[in-house]
Amino acid sequence: MEKIIEFKNVSYKYSDEEAEVINDLSIDFYKGQFTCVLGHNGSGKSTMAKLINAINYPTDGKVISFGFDTSDEDNEIKIRQNVGMVFQNPDNQIVATIVEDDVAFGPENLGVPREEIRKRVDEALKIVDMYDYRLHEPHKLSGGQKQRVAIAGAIAMQTKCIVLDEPTAMLDPKGRKEVMSALKRLKDEMGMTIILVTHFMDEAVNADRVVVMNDGVVCFDGTPQEVFSHTDELKKIGLSVPKPLELALELKKEGYDLGTAVLTEDAFLEAFKKLQ
Amino acid sequence: MVKDITIGQFFPGNSFIHKLDARAKILTCFALIIFIFICKNFVSMGLMLLFVALVYALTRLSPKLMIKSLKPLLPIILLTSVLQLYYNNNGDVLWSYKKLSITDGGIYMAIFIAVRIITLLVISSLLTYTTSPTDLTDAIERLLSPLKVFKVDIHTFAMMMTIALRFIPTLIDEIDRIMSAQKARGADFESGNLLKRIKALFPIFIPLIISSFKRAFELADAMSCRCYVGGKGRTRMRKMEFTYRDAVASVITVIICGAIIFMNFQFEALI
Repeated sequence: MEKIIEFKNVSYKYSDEEAEVINDLSIDFYKGQFTCVLGHNGSGKSTMAKLINAINYPTDGKVISFGFDTSDEDNEIKIRQNVGMVFQNPDNQIVATIVEDDVAFGPENLGVPREEIRKRVDEALKIVDMYDYRLHEPHKLSGGQKQRVAIAGAIAMQTKCIVLDEPTAMLDPKGRKEVMSALKRLKDEMGMTIILVTHFMDEAVNADRVVVMNDGVVCFDGTPQEVFSHTDELKKIGLSVPKPLELALELKKEGYDLGTAVLTEDAFLEAFKKLQ
Repeated sequence: MVKDITIGQFFPGNSFIHKLDARAKILTCFALIIFIFICKNFVSMGLMLLFVALVYALTRLSPKLMIKSLKPLLPIILLTSVLQLYYNNNGDVLWSYKKLSITDGGIYMAIFIAVRIITLLVISSLLTYTTSPTDLTDAIERLLSPLKVFKVDIHTFAMMMTIALRFIPTLIDEIDRIMSAQKARGADFESGNLLKRIKALFPIFIPLIISSFKRAFELADAMSCRCYVGGKGRTRMRKMEFTYRDAVASVITVIICGAIIFMNFQFEALI
């Protein structure tokens, strides 16, 4: 698989007095993969996300995004053209007073011709299922809708990769579901590379790859099945496992073995039926 | 409570006035505002008021809306009028008490000034009621673009306006939320003397300012993530076009302005 983002022995601290938030981190991200980065508060996962598109620069080591060194200021625009970013608070990333104007903001900055912007904006809004709301005012939308507008804003720049920094943390369950299904469409229909930073375990189960961070280092890296099989270690660093798996593990203690591959409700039900 | 503020609000619609190009609207409103001050007698002022009322009718917005937004300004209008009564001593004295005297000239003047202020408010409301904030800032950016010759950064100015407009509803929600939070903790905003009430506002504005700064930093990050580097090399999705409508509106405005000058010469001046 094609390597698009490379962390080479990266360390990062916010100021000289403080401890390192990222500590000698080396990790690669691949094209077309849906990677989920998990970790509790202060594990360095958000900082890592901001290192990818040159909002933070590594204090030590190198981050190479799409072949460009993020420490070089001249590369900023080239990197951000390839890596879009969606933040936690939907209110603080919408610039314009009308949905479609906001989606057009990125392409406008890049100097894309008018007709092309129109086309990109319409396409982006259709993918996240917000086309009917294109003339609405952002402050009248729900949280899930605002986040989808933010995602459309990144797609309209024709980014090849989207980094989402806890996009669902401030949303209700309905909004969370909307954002997750929009991401799934992005991956399935556009082959978009997605890096989702979150602390919701349920969002990680459908990922291609799960990376668990703790104290600025990666402690697990693998498929959801592999990572979530380390239940006890995950609990030790303050994380839980998806609810279906947790239930299965409780049942195992009572003598009903459902295996450890039951990450979703459907998988649980299937395994449960087999057991009967 | 905070949500009742209606200054500068936009009411979407499909009328002739709504469809006018924002630049044409700004320019004609500007011209009309200047001509309010050129009106010198009741005939020209009456003509202006009639025209403005007609334009308002064309927007198909409810007259109640306008009256509602004039209401809070009534004290200012009355105060200005009453001052005119006192200061203007032209004409016959109708009533006097010691140094205070009211003349018929004063009464005319008071009415004239009140009509002038109301017309002024209606014209400016006409602009904001029928033009979306985006169109308005776009139009301002384009109208002021000749100033670029003097190295004035028009784009940044317009961007600041857009962001300010975008965040007004967000911040109003925030004030509501902070007030509820402080009330839940026993804060009292509605009783006590003036000083006490002003003091009670601190627990609202300090959190508001802190959170606004946080928002500003986050927004700056989000904007640079979307490759924003200022106005250089930027394109726009929105097109602005002058159509026959704008030509019609401009011609009518010019005719009205001409008629006002004519009336000024034709009838006795009040000012």
